[in-house]
Amino acid sequence: MPESNILPSGKPRIDSLELRGITKRFPGVLANDHVNFDVKAGEVHALLGENGAGKSTLMKTVYGLYHPDEGEILLNGKPVHISSPTDSINLGIGMIHQHFMLVPSLTVAENVALGLPSSRGPLTDLDAVSKRILELADIYGLRIDPSAYVWQLSVGQQQRIEIIKALYRGAALLILDEPTAVLTPQEVDELFVIMRQMTKDGHALIFISHKLHEVVEICQRVSVLRDGRMIGTRPTSETTKQDLANWMVGREVGFTPDRGNVQRGEVRLKLENVQCGSDRGTPGLRGVSLDIHSGEILGIAGVSGNGQRELADAVTGLRKITGGKVTLENADITNLPPAEITERMLSYIPEERMRDGMIKDFTVAENMILREHHKEPYSRYGFLNLKNISSNADMLIKKFHVKTPSQETLAKNLSGGNIQKIVLAREISRSPRVIIAAQPTRGLDIGATEYVREQLLEQRKQGTAIILISEDLDEILALSDRIAVIYEGSVMDIVPRSEATPQRLGLLMAGVHPE
Amino acid sequence: MKKFLQSEWMSRLIDALLPVFATLAALIIGAVMLLFLGVNPIVAYKALWDGAFGSGNAFAETLVKATPLLLVGLGICISFRGDVINIGGEGQMIIGGILATWIGLTFTGLPGWLAITLALLAGFLGGAIWGGIPGYLKAYFNVNEILSTVMMNAIAVQIMNFMMRGPMLDPIQAAKASKIPQTARLIEAFRLARWSPTRLHLGVLIAVILAILVYILLWRTTLGYRIRAVGMNPLASRYAGIKVPRYIVMSLLLSGAFAGLAGAIQVYGVNYRMITDGSASGFTGNAGFNGIVAALFGQLHPLWSIPASILFGALLVGANQMQRVVQVPSALITALNGLVVVFVVSSEFLRRRRQRQRLAHAKMDDAPPDKTSQPAEASA
Ligand SMILES: Nc1ncnc2c1ncn2[C@@H]1O[C@H](COP(=O)(O)OP(=O)(O)OP(=O)(O)O)[C@@H](O)[C@H]1O
Ligand SMILES: [Mg+2]
Repeated sequence: MPESNILPSGKPRIDSLELRGITKRFPGVLANDHVNFDVKAGEVHALLGENGAGKSTLMKTVYGLYHPDEGEILLNGKPVHISSPTDSINLGIGMIHQHFMLVPSLTVAENVALGLPSSRGPLTDLDAVSKRILELADIYGLRIDPSAYVWQLSVGQQQRIEIIKALYRGAALLILDEPTAVLTPQEVDELFVIMRQMTKDGHALIFISHKLHEVVEICQRVSVLRDGRMIGTRPTSETTKQDLANWMVGREVGFTPDRGNVQRGEVRLKLENVQCGSDRGTPGLRGVSLDIHSGEILGIAGVSGNGQRELADAVTGLRKITGGKVTLENADITNLPPAEITERMLSYIPEERMRDGMIKDFTVAENMILREHHKEPYSRYGFLNLKNISSNADMLIKKFHVKTPSQETLAKNLSGGNIQKIVLAREISRSPRVIIAAQPTRGLDIGATEYVREQLLEQRKQGTAIILISEDLDEILALSDRIAVIYEGSVMDIVPRSEATPQRLGLLMAGVHPE
Repeated sequence: MKKFLQSEWMSRLIDALLPVFATLAALIIGAVMLLFLGVNPIVAYKALWDGAFGSGNAFAETLVKATPLLLVGLGICISFRGDVINIGGEGQMIIGGILATWIGLTFTGLPGWLAITLALLAGFLGGAIWGGIPGYLKAYFNVNEILSTVMMNAIAVQIMNFMMRGPMLDPIQAAKASKIPQTARLIEAFRLARWSPTRLHLGVLIAVILAILVYILLWRTTLGYRIRAVGMNPLASRYAGIKVPRYIVMSLLLSGAFAGLAGAIQVYGVNYRMITDGSASGFTGNAGFNGIVAALFGQLHPLWSIPASILFGALLVGANQMQRVVQVPSALITALNGLVVVFVVSSEFLRRRRQRQRLAHAKMDDAPPDKTSQPAEASA
C-alpha cells in the first residue's frame, strides 16, 4: 500500500469504513439485523449471501439511499451521518449498482457530467469533463471514448463508465454490487485488472457476487450475510469455494446435475437459414439453421453480441426475419406476431428480465400471470379470477423459494435475484412446448441456480425442447445435449455433448475452425 | 415499536391530506388577493362555503357540477394508467353531446327510457371515436397524443359551432332574425329524472356507479390488466404477448368515451339542449380539463376520484356564489381555481417525493407480526 494519503485521482484515501449494528426494516422484512462490517484501504472485501439476504440493502445504506433504523457508520474511525448519495459522494464513497443507472441517449461525457454540481449551472464544460475522463482512464487503465453514446456500448463498457463516473466524483471507496453478473468472462478479467490496480493505489473496494470462484480470486476477506444477519468474516486465503458455499447456504451444496436418460423425440423447433438484422445495423443472423428436438437442451455458446439476442428475438417474433423460415411443431411461425407465438406455448426467459420480462410496478402475483392472464384459470369472460391468481402465486413463490413479504408486494421491492425468480417461475411453470432461456441463472445464488438447472432438466424430461443461451461455459456444458457455437451471426459448428471440451468450444467461439 | 407504527401512520395520513392542505394554501393566497381588492376574505370564503354546502340546494348544485368532472376523471384514470395523456376531454364531451342531442331530437317517438339509453350510448360512442382517433395515431403512427387531442378539441368546437348554426339549429331560432346558435329543447320524456326542486339528476348516480365499474375494469378484468401493463412497461408487455398498440388505442378510446358520456349527461340532465357561445367551455364549463385535475387529486383511483370531484365541484359552485356576494372580478375566480390546480398538482409531486423518502426511512407498518417483530422488540 502506498504511503501517501492521496490517491492517484488526487482524492484523499479512506483508510477504513466501519458499520456497527446496522438495522434496516422494510414493510414485512427485516433486511439488515444489527450488521457489523468493515473495509480497509487496499483491500477487496467480498459480501456474500443468498438472494434477499440483504447485501444490496446494506450497501445502499452506506451509499445514503436508505437510512438505517439503527446503527452507525464510522469513516476513518469517526462517526459520520450519510443522509443522501450526495453526502456519501462527498465523503468519497461510490457505488456501482446491480442495475446500471446510465442514460442511453447521452454520451459518456454527458453521463459522467450528469448530476455533478457544475452541471447545475447554465453551461457545463463538456470538454473539461472529457479531458478529466481521459486522464482518469489513463491512470486506471480503462479504455473509454468520452464522445461515444452509451447505447452503442457493450455492457462491460457501460460498467467501465460507471466506474469512471464514481472515480470522477472522487470515490476512494467503491461498492460493486454484482458487477460481474452481466459480464462475459473476458470482461470479468478486465474488471479484475482494474480492481487490482485500484486496491494497489489505496482504494477500498466492496465486492458482491454469487460466483464463488471470483470471490476467491479477487478478494482478501469475505463476509457472509444470511437472512439479514452477519454470519461472519474470514480471510479468503483460509477458505475454499466449497467452504464458502456451505457457509452461505447453511447446508452442504454441490451441483452435480442428474441428467438422467432422456430419449430425444421429434423436432419441435426448426430454423432454416434464418437471417435478420440487429440493433446496430450489422447483420444479426446470417443464415442460421438449427433443429431442436423434444427432450433436448441445445446450448448456444458464444461471446455475447454474436447474434444470441437476435436469435432469441427472431424465434419469439420480436424481431423481423428477413430471410429463412422458423417452424414450431410443423407450423410455420416465421414473422408471426409475438402474441401468437406465445400462444403456441413457446416460453421465453429474456436476458434483461428487469426490462423485458416483468413489470416492476405490478405485484408479484400480477407478474406471475403476465403471460397467461387472459386464460383459464386466471380469467374467464374477460374477468380476472383473483383467487386462482393468488393461489398460483402462492404455489410459485413456494416452489421457487421467492423471498417476498407477500404476493401483493410490488416486484420492484424484491431483491435482484428474487425478481429474476419471478420470471423463471412463470416461464417454466406454464408447461411450455419450447423454452428459450437466455442467461437463466444470472443473478441467482448457488441454491437458486441449482434449482433452476434442475427445473430445466425436469422440463427436458417432460419432452420440452430447450434452447439455452449462456455465456457461462460451465452451465452450457453441464446442461446441454448438443452445443451450437455462434460466431458473428453464424453457427460455427454443432458439437455433441460427448465431444465438447472447453478448449474446442473456446476456439469455435473465437471463430476458429479446428481442422 | 408502537412509536414507529404511529409515526408511519401519521405520515400516511399527512400524505392523504396533502391535497387538502394544498387547497387550503391556495385559498390563503386567494385571501391575500382578496385583501388587495379591499374585500374581507372571511366574508368571501363564507359565501364560497355557503354557495357550495350552505343548503340542500347548494349541495345539489355542487353534485351537479361534480358529475362531469367525475366522468371525465374516470376516463383520465384509465388513460393515465395506460400512460396516455388525454387532454382532449373538451372535444370528446362536445362530440358526445352532439351525438346524444341528435338522437333525442331525431327519434322523438321512442319511449323515454329507450331514447335516454340510446342517447347516452351515442355520447359514449362519440367520445370513444374522438378519443380513439388520437389513440390510433399514437399507437400506429407515433403521433404525440397531447398535441393530437388538443387539436381534436379545436375541431370539435368548429363542428359544434357549425351544427348549432346550421343543421341542428333550433327551428324557432331559425325563424327569428337573432338566430341564437342552439338546438331545440329535448322533450320532457327524454330528460333524466330530477330530485326536484333541485337540479340534482340521475346522472350523478350513473357517474358514481360507473366509478365502481371503472375500478372493476382496471383491477378485475383482463382489459384493465393489459392497459395497466402496457402503461407501466410496454416492452415487457410486448414480450408477454400483449398487443401493445391495441391497448394504447383502447385506453384513449375509453377515456374519450367517458368524456363523451359526460357531454351527453350534461345535455340530458342539465341543459336539455346544446347551445354554443363559440367556445368549448360554453358547453363543457371546462370540465374536460378540470376532470384531469380531479382525477389527479383522486390519485388516479376511480373511487378516490368521487370525493375529489365533489371538492372541485364545490369550489366551482362556491366561487360563483362568492363572486355574486362580494363582487370581485371573475378573473379572480379563474385565478383562484388556477391556483388550486397548481397547488394540488404540486402537492402530488411532493407526495411522491415523501413516499420515496419514506421508503428510505422505511419503518415497520402492516408487517406480519411474526419474524420481523421479534428482533425489533429485542432491540427496543
Ligand atoms: N425498497 C424495498 N422495499 C421493500 N423491501 C425491500 C426493498 N429493498 C429490499 N427489500 C427487501 O429486503 C430484503 C433484502 O433485499 P436485498 O436487495 O438487500 O437482497 P440482496 O442480498 O441484494 O439479494 P440479491 O442477491 O437477490 O440481489 C429482501 O427480502 C427484499 O424483499
Ligand atoms: Mg442485490
